[in-house]
Amino acid sequence: MTGTTDPVSATDPLSRWSADEMMSIAAARSLRDGQACFVGIGLPSTAANLALRLHAPNLVLIYESGTLETRPEELPLSIGDGILADSALSVVSVPEIFNYWLQPGRIDVGFLSGAQIDRFGNINTTVIGEYDEPDVRLPGSGGAPEIAASCREVIVVMRHRLRAFVEQVDFVTSVGHGNGPMDRQLLGLRGAGPVRVITDLGVLEPDPETAELVLTALHHGVTVEQVRAETGWQLQVSADLMITAAPNPTELETVRGMRTVGSGES
Amino acid sequence: MAKIVSLPQAVSDLVHDGDTVALEGFTHLIPFAAGHEIIRQGRRGLTLVRMTPDLIYDQLIGAGCAAKLVFSWGGNPGVGSLHRMRDALATGWPAPLEIEEHSHAGMANRYVAGASGLPFAVLRGYAGTDLPTHTSTISTVECPFTGERLAAVAALNPDVTVVHAQRADRAGNVQLWGITGVQKEAVLAARRSLATVEEIVDDLTPVPGAVVLPAWVLDAVAVAPRGAAPSYAHGYYDRDNAAYREWDAISRDREAFSRWLRTLEDA
Repeated sequence: MTGTTDPVSATDPLSRWSADEMMSIAAARSLRDGQACFVGIGLPSTAANLALRLHAPNLVLIYESGTLETRPEELPLSIGDGILADSALSVVSVPEIFNYWLQPGRIDVGFLSGAQIDRFGNINTTVIGEYDEPDVRLPGSGGAPEIAASCREVIVVMRHRLRAFVEQVDFVTSVGHGNGPMDRQLLGLRGAGPVRVITDLGVLEPDPETAELVLTALHHGVTVEQVRAETGWQLQVSADLMITAAPNPTELETVRGMRTVGSGES
Repeated sequence: MAKIVSLPQAVSDLVHDGDTVALEGFTHLIPFAAGHEIIRQGRRGLTLVRMTPDLIYDQLIGAGCAAKLVFSWGGNPGVGSLHRMRDALATGWPAPLEIEEHSHAGMANRYVAGASGLPFAVLRGYAGTDLPTHTSTISTVECPFTGERLAAVAALNPDVTVVHAQRADRAGNVQLWGITGVQKEAVLAARRSLATVEEIVDDLTPVPGAVVLPAWVLDAVAVAPRGAAPSYAHGYYDRDNAAYREWDAISRDREAFSRWLRTLEDA
């Protein structure tokens, strides 16, 4: 760790960053220029728009509202904001976006988030607790189940919290690796499923043998113990554990310069 | 053939107690004015169908209009939860609410089947998820050509669909553009349909990517300026994001919601 990138001791604002900023930057880095990316609202949308402004100017952003190749000047608040339509190459209907564009497997990356994720990368956005009498009712599926099923691969962006990273999700809204290896093939799901879960603490990836999510990278300044304390299963650590490179000034300035439509910030 | 009538007349003619009603518009062009008129006319026992219930169904549910909700994503977009919907599901206030929950792809295909005059639609979806266990309108079907098992969803054919559009001509042909969502399918799937519009014009100048609903597939057209607010009408006004944020506090509290409702009913 050098003095200029030490988030604790430095006083220059570009050598300090929040865990959320690190997460968005790490997620943005995971997208490659020219990929087609089906974007969920919230954290994935922030990261995808960041990638577009940094290293991936030809990233194709697709939102479930039917906006194809959109490049909004500000971040949308909702999945169907006018700014997405204004800046899109084309706007198609909702049946078309799912049936023609998502379902055949022509989208490279599905970029998702969720309320709960389990050790096999299954995602819950439906209920906490029992379905009929839930402790918490969440918004539900939206486009996520089919994004998780049909994109060539899935990247998940979520804050790493013990209540969210659970042994088994209360409800499978979107299938990750089911109950283990080969489950996706048995279910007839044609995409590879989650290849990476990027959190505010590090990166988890499915073990090639077991399909269980293991820790493959720690963000700059985070410890394995911190990650384990926020993970609800016996988290395994990759033998090749990486350290995520600290955010550089360009990344930080860009993420801080992004505004949400109608946020009142300037 | 569409008649051009007032909004109260259209709702009175077309929306009846106990109907299955779809008010569609995917974030854009949500028919708020029509929904508010349904509340004012005191409809009860409705099955409300919408991919994203949004604030409008939170309001209809809180006002006691709904017996059932058919949906695929029930949040306040960019803000949080729909608190009237959650309250109705958790406590039955002000009326018990049954739900039928799908994914977006499932709902979109249900409308496609309904619009196509087919009993069901086929898609790659739902496999491995917990939704089919709880939703009886999701099943599977074997492809007669390949033997592959695919998801099947029952057609949606609302008694009445309501959409909001930018404009209509004097004959009642309706034109809408921007994010066009599932409105064409929802109208063509319905037994009866109403379009509210920002304005009526002499000629529908073609707009790239626009959906045109011919007058002869609609029952009524009603003028409702700003009829999609606080959602938006592309080319007319922007989404009122502040109103979406403010709804969170209003809807969290039954008293605050009841005050909001009295304001609406007195308007």
